[in-house]
Amino acid sequence: MRASKLTDLSLAEARDGLLQKDFTSEELTQAHISAMEAGRKLNAVILETPEKAIDMAKACDAKLSYGGGGALEGLPIGVKDLFCTKGVRTTACSKILGDFTPPYESTVTQNLWDAGAVHLGKLNNDEFAMGSSNETSCFGPVNNPWRNKAKETNLVPGGSSGGSSASVAAHIGVAATATDTGGSIRQPAAFTGTVGLKPTYGRCSRWGIVAFASSLDQAGPITRTVRDSAIMLGAMAGHDAKDTTSIDTPVPDYEAALGVNLNGKKVGIPKEYRIDGMSDEIEKLWQQGIYWLKDAGAEIVDVSLPHTKYALPAYYIIAPAEASSNLARYDGVRYGTRHEGDNLLEMYEKTRGAGFGAEVRRRIMIGTYVLSAGYYDAYYLKALKVRRLISDDFKQAFEKCDVLLTPATPSSAFTIGENLHDPLAMYMNDVFTVTVNLAGLPGISVPAGLNMQGLPLGLQLIGQPFGEEALLGIAEKIEQAAEFDARPEVWWN
Amino acid sequence: MSVDDKTVHRIARLARIAVPKEEISSLGTELNAILGFIEQLSEVNTDDILPMTAVVETEIKRREDAVTDGGYVEDITANAPASDDDYFAVPKVVE
Amino acid sequence: MNEATNDNLISGATGDWEVVLGLEVHAQVLSEAKLFSGAATEYGAEPNTQVSLVDAAMPGMLPVINWKCVEQAVRTGLGLKAQINNYSVFDRKNYFYPDLPQGYQISQFLQPVVGEGEIIIDLDDGSTKIVGIERLHLEQDAGKSVHDQHPDLSFVDLNRSGVALMEIVSRPDMRSSAEAQAYVKKLRAILRYLGTCDGNMEQGSMRADVNVSVRKQGDPLGTRCEIKNVNSIRFIGQAIEHEARRQIAIIEDGGSIAQETRLFDPKNGETRSMRSKEEAHDYRYFPDPDLLPLTFSQDFVDEIAASLPELPDTKKARFISDYGLSAYDAGILVAEAESAAYFEEAATGRDAKTVANMVIGSLFAGLNKAGLNIINSPVTPENLGVLVDLLSDDTISSRIAKDVFEMMFEDGPDQGKSPSVIVEEKSLKQVTDTGAIEAAVDEVLSANPEKVAQAKEKPKMAGWFVGQVMQSTGGKANPQSVNKLVLQKLGIEE
Repeated sequence: MRASKLTDLSLAEARDGLLQKDFTSEELTQAHISAMEAGRKLNAVILETPEKAIDMAKACDAKLSYGGGGALEGLPIGVKDLFCTKGVRTTACSKILGDFTPPYESTVTQNLWDAGAVHLGKLNNDEFAMGSSNETSCFGPVNNPWRNKAKETNLVPGGSSGGSSASVAAHIGVAATATDTGGSIRQPAAFTGTVGLKPTYGRCSRWGIVAFASSLDQAGPITRTVRDSAIMLGAMAGHDAKDTTSIDTPVPDYEAALGVNLNGKKVGIPKEYRIDGMSDEIEKLWQQGIYWLKDAGAEIVDVSLPHTKYALPAYYIIAPAEASSNLARYDGVRYGTRHEGDNLLEMYEKTRGAGFGAEVRRRIMIGTYVLSAGYYDAYYLKALKVRRLISDDFKQAFEKCDVLLTPATPSSAFTIGENLHDPLAMYMNDVFTVTVNLAGLPGISVPAGLNMQGLPLGLQLIGQPFGEEALLGIAEKIEQAAEFDARPEVWWN
Repeated sequence: MSVDDKTVHRIARLARIAVPKEEISSLGTELNAILGFIEQLSEVNTDDILPMTAVVETEIKRREDAVTDGGYVEDITANAPASDDDYFAVPKVVE
Repeated sequence: MNEATNDNLISGATGDWEVVLGLEVHAQVLSEAKLFSGAATEYGAEPNTQVSLVDAAMPGMLPVINWKCVEQAVRTGLGLKAQINNYSVFDRKNYFYPDLPQGYQISQFLQPVVGEGEIIIDLDDGSTKIVGIERLHLEQDAGKSVHDQHPDLSFVDLNRSGVALMEIVSRPDMRSSAEAQAYVKKLRAILRYLGTCDGNMEQGSMRADVNVSVRKQGDPLGTRCEIKNVNSIRFIGQAIEHEARRQIAIIEDGGSIAQETRLFDPKNGETRSMRSKEEAHDYRYFPDPDLLPLTFSQDFVDEIAASLPELPDTKKARFISDYGLSAYDAGILVAEAESAAYFEEAATGRDAKTVANMVIGSLFAGLNKAGLNIINSPVTPENLGVLVDLLSDDTISSRIAKDVFEMMFEDGPDQGKSPSVIVEEKSLKQVTDTGAIEAAVDEVLSANPEKVAQAKEKPKMAGWFVGQVMQSTGGKANPQSVNKLVLQKLGIEE
């Protein structure tokens, strides 16, 4: 098989090919390394680890040769730079971490290596995962493989997992790890025509993942198909004694949950997601999704999530508050870069002033303010109460339905630079996704079609806690109905 | 509630982030835009609502009292910008 | 509030002042591993060798609680007769300091694991006083900064970072440095009885922040200053005495007290303002999102309650009622669990008062001189008990008993000779045979005819003869018999 063909394969197809010995992991990996090198214009990969990848691939081939190996044996993937990787520089795409080289491996990536995955490299993301366009990275923005039909301008791949979404959309890796705090898996997936799955809070261990907002952060995969997401999640998920918030419940065979019948399944349509000024293309896409699921046998029910409107403001209190504290450890003492000063205070202020980018500084400032004496009750405590109302909304809605169907984003991918200097406009990207993080629920974004400019759009399904199987089963129906097989035209080679 | 330059300076100090004097007021404007947005929450009636600090409905994990970690000073100090004799080094602190 | 008479007033130029004291004691939890990591807690290790990735706050590290530390906190709470909270919350206290790797300390702010309790403190005049406990919470210790190794740098060692502390906060119920010292002594004794803290103040496993204010009796509370990290009972006394007088002098000069954090300097016995802590703090406490609420069942609490040892107050009362000891002696014996246990082992089934005297007198003096702890006593409780038996049944005199005790102390527990063997070998048995004593008396009398004549005039001289006889018999004669015979022979009426 020719190398270019090997990168056409989905994760599941590549896995099957390896098992049938149609090709070796080394061949598969080499094909993806070539794609990675050819795709440098995308700036999706910020640290290539080709030698490591080949070494790992050879080890996989040895295992495969005698019929051994794990669920991902020999499959080359990329890792978001938020995951600490032992002996491999990890920066969260922030200058403040400098050349930090962890002496440890995050639980999720360790699970992936244990399952046989091959490490292609570290992927670009918004600095400390704060952003919706991958423009806040200290390594510069990622270019979306998709471009506007009319104009040849570069678009953002979404964020914060922009390197993950772009690399998967450009067939650089068969899959990528990502993290989602307010939509950072699902929004970039929607912007790149890929599948992004944010699991239930506690499904994947957070140990070894650079923390942004601890009560919201959750790791998940970005892949090209729903089946691939099911396979990836199976390997990533699991209980971890090192993370108090990870849940000790067995990891089901997610792949086996595919191919289900939707008869009797109830899909809720939350009316509050029909926001002011929603574009026709999004409205149309949503209606299309409703039609597909009805057609597949599901019953459509109207539900109400009355506090939806307050999710973004609550999120922009809770996430910065936690971040302001989580990022206090970057002080130039034990790791990362330091900017010397005349005294300790000056050293701290210079190190953090220069080490953090504008958006991170802004969020730390907001977080510090909302927790400070005299404001805690009005902002932070209030937001925690609203968070409960939002969570209760979902509980009530799920009394009437199994999953919820919503648009994934309010628009398709936008031009690089378009929202960079308007934080609030940027924050609006997460309007359909943050609610899920606040309530700790699983959510998946599935490519559902192209808009008039030829750019992908995604639909989001929201599940009940630990309802990933139902979510994947229904997502697969959308995937099948949408027959989404469009690929970006290769312009970056 | 909106922040003035003095407050911006105080918050920056609390967060240990150097903000050049000439950027204080523009940063204040940015922060006020965000604060204005999040203030929408005041519309919501939250009487008798308990704050939600964790979404996980499970018990806190327990660690056994056993020494299972430590003893790798090289790993601990390997990434330090300044260290001396297995200590981390910082500008002198006056107490 | 108890506004009754206070004998501890400090007199100033404008009248008498009352000192109001509250203590926050930081007690290191006795545990093998740290509060949220598996690194060791042992004292005195090489820098940064007892540091895990969690303790160094590496990116992505998460805390998991050491359950032993929770048990220890509950145990301590029960020992302080305190409210145990089955639901409590860990908060982050945010501030920057090089020895605080996370940039926050995990502590408990609004909802501590232990609520209100009390301690009965024992004062030197034999009286007691109740001091209220406001709360006890679990928190992480910080690392250690070393400032004197380099002209421009401070060095940071994170071995202590993350070690579990119990912060025990008293009510402002104390009114003198003596009361504050008695409080710390009693708290220390209780913690050691419970086995929840070793109470070793030299190694910093117990240290106190002392809140001091002064007022005229009956006035509302004055502005307080907090003296940080005082690490010995003696320094606590000195710091309070100095700080109270400093505050009185300022007020009497027409000034006012600024609420501030101060440091005690043992070199000159003074407190001084801590400039580094001057900057207004805003700790931005909020519930730690990496940890779930700390919850446990009532059964868990009940099980610990059932396993509590007898504590000093109960033990003291029992020593008084069961062994007939004075409150003073009982108080001394129960101050350390080990000395109380030693006493009980030695006293069971024999004259307890004599045992108490010998433990408090000879044994404590010997141990003190030799710099030994009672658990390493060269004299075993069993042998001390046998010695008391020999004394009680008149086998030996009290003077011989002292000698035998010293021989046992010299020999050490390895020799471990029973005192009865020593008495036998060295023929130290008391002579009770009247004939033998009479012969010795006669010998002394006949050797000193002039003194006999004098003694008949001055009966008090009889004591001299008794001493001579005791000497000639090597102390073995029964002193009462000697006395009786001497008087009889001199013809002095008893």
